[in-house]
Amino acid sequence: MGMTLTEKILAKHSGRDRVKPGDNVWVNVDVLMTHDVCGPPAISIFHREFGDDAKVWDKDKLVIIPDHYIFTKDKYANRNVDVLRAFAAEQDLPHFYDVGTDRYKGVCHVALPEEGFTRPGEVLFGTDSHTCTAGAFGQFATGIGNTDAAFIMGTGKLWVKVPETMRFVFEGGSLPPYLMAKDIILKIIGDIGVDGATYRTMEFAGPGIQALTMEDRMTLTNMAIEAGGKNGVVEPDGVTEEYVRARTDKPFEKFYSDPDAEYHSEHFYNLEELVPMVAKPHSPDNKATAEELEGVKLDRAYIGSCTGGKLSDFVAAAEIIRGHKLKIDTYIVPATTEIARGLETETLLGTPLIDIFREAGCKIGNASCAACLGGPSDTFGRLNKEEVCISSTNRNYPGRMGSKAAQVYLASPYTVAASAVTGVITDPRIFIQETVI
Amino acid sequence: MKTKPITGKAFVLGKNIDTDQIIPAAHLVYSLSDPEERKLYGKYALSGVPAEESGLPQGNIPLTREDETESEFSIIVASDNFGCGSSREHAPACLEIAGIKAIVSPSYARIFYRNSVDGGFLTPYESEEDLSKKIRTGDELEIDSEVPALINHTRGETYKLNPLGSVADIVHAGGIFAYARENGMVPR
Ligand code: SF4
Repeated sequence: MGMTLTEKILAKHSGRDRVKPGDNVWVNVDVLMTHDVCGPPAISIFHREFGDDAKVWDKDKLVIIPDHYIFTKDKYANRNVDVLRAFAAEQDLPHFYDVGTDRYKGVCHVALPEEGFTRPGEVLFGTDSHTCTAGAFGQFATGIGNTDAAFIMGTGKLWVKVPETMRFVFEGGSLPPYLMAKDIILKIIGDIGVDGATYRTMEFAGPGIQALTMEDRMTLTNMAIEAGGKNGVVEPDGVTEEYVRARTDKPFEKFYSDPDAEYHSEHFYNLEELVPMVAKPHSPDNKATAEELEGVKLDRAYIGSCTGGKLSDFVAAAEIIRGHKLKIDTYIVPATTEIARGLETETLLGTPLIDIFREAGCKIGNASCAACLGGPSDTFGRLNKEEVCISSTNRNYPGRMGSKAAQVYLASPYTVAASAVTGVITDPRIFIQETVI
Repeated sequence: MKTKPITGKAFVLGKNIDTDQIIPAAHLVYSLSDPEERKLYGKYALSGVPAEESGLPQGNIPLTREDETESEFSIIVASDNFGCGSSREHAPACLEIAGIKAIVSPSYARIFYRNSVDGGFLTPYESEEDLSKKIRTGDELEIDSEVPALINHTRGETYKLNPLGSVADIVHAGGIFAYARENGMVPR
């Protein structure tokens, strides 16, 4: 019996020839990532357990990316960044992306690939549930808590229960012009539910997936956690190799699922049959098509986060927004500083994206998590009252973007942009067909 | 082995209680190591749950009373997928700080489950059936971890719990560090 991609990575990192779902194994960790919310408590547990003078197991493998509560006056939030800064100095860490310096990056899950830390075949843990994003690179990547992170800081190891794999196979060549990876994942989550993949791997495969860019693959794996998945993964190929090679010379090994690997279940989709999707309040699996919700009144639109604030997300939004004055407040938050620069350099018919957004009346924020998770009350774009928002982010549980009284609809950047233009939920196909003509 | 039974009042919740409801993101900034400041986590534990769904079936019962940091309740009984959402360890930590000793739910989101066990905060028990409609907030409960079973003294009922399985050793040790020390993986 063969093994899946995930099983092979876990076998190699636990020094075994093979593993099977349900096995508990201790794996060697290639990269540990933490940020400003969970880093400080992890650091304090590390010192409590290993001593005041303890050193991390391998400083080249620890990456610290403050991104959550950055542009706020909240004194506790700012203290957290100070804790990270002091720890980076004490441990002489080479991979600390400090706030207020030109190293500052923004959202960790997009910063990690940009800086070359997402390499096929490796094991990456991060103190953030969307660490599963890195599975797009054919890596085993998953979120953990502070105690586990502190354990890795001291030992370089962690126990893992080998997950079963659910395989999602996409037929059909490339993505139709009105669809984005976000529509695919919202459809899957809507079909299987927010606990449909609990403790399992979600493997995305088939010609429809191979045709996706790295950024689109990241949108898919990012939301594996919204179905309860332990990790999401895509087999590495030429697209992966090209992206990774442009950012690091570190060697890596590519793994593929065997043809006779055993899966928990297989699910087949045809890209051509999918339509723009929306998750209604207050759960990512509360699915509807954009068409079914046409006309729902909105107060605000938000484009940002690790799943919906990448350069390609803004290019998509700009295609629709160009030449329109928006009906509702629309917030644009680039995930990273590299993407923020891209908004100025990337053009659409000769106009930089940032000018397209400004002319339409968008508010443009600094690279960070911003209102994706609410945050302190002065956070850019935060929903502070009973507002109805359509957002390209990944969660819409009660209070996720701020007030418990707010309602959040999740959708692709195309759908969010189309809805920003009209002020009501709008199927983007109307605009996309216009553009084609 | 922890053999002492866990006893106390039930606090009942519905399904898909995510980590933003357990501890809203705006509160994640407090220190967990400062003995005074960490009490704020007890105060705000479960403060993101919509009021009508907090303390079922009647609702509108906060876990921790206004101006207090410890709860009168000890055991959370919830429906499916407890703890979904983010990886924040502040979630099991805030419940422990509020005085919660155990949770009983038919299923958990995996990072929450793992954090509860590895951090030694509280014991997440899986019930065979969804008990959130059978047990009422305020019922006097007892968990017999040997069987394991949940006894409802108020209603005179007993419900089956699943054995802890592969995490039992870590639970009994009191967390991943204690477990690793017992097994020589980390120096004492
Ligand atoms: S952008 Fe949102 S989902 Fe992504 S890491 Fe930040 S808070 Fe989490």
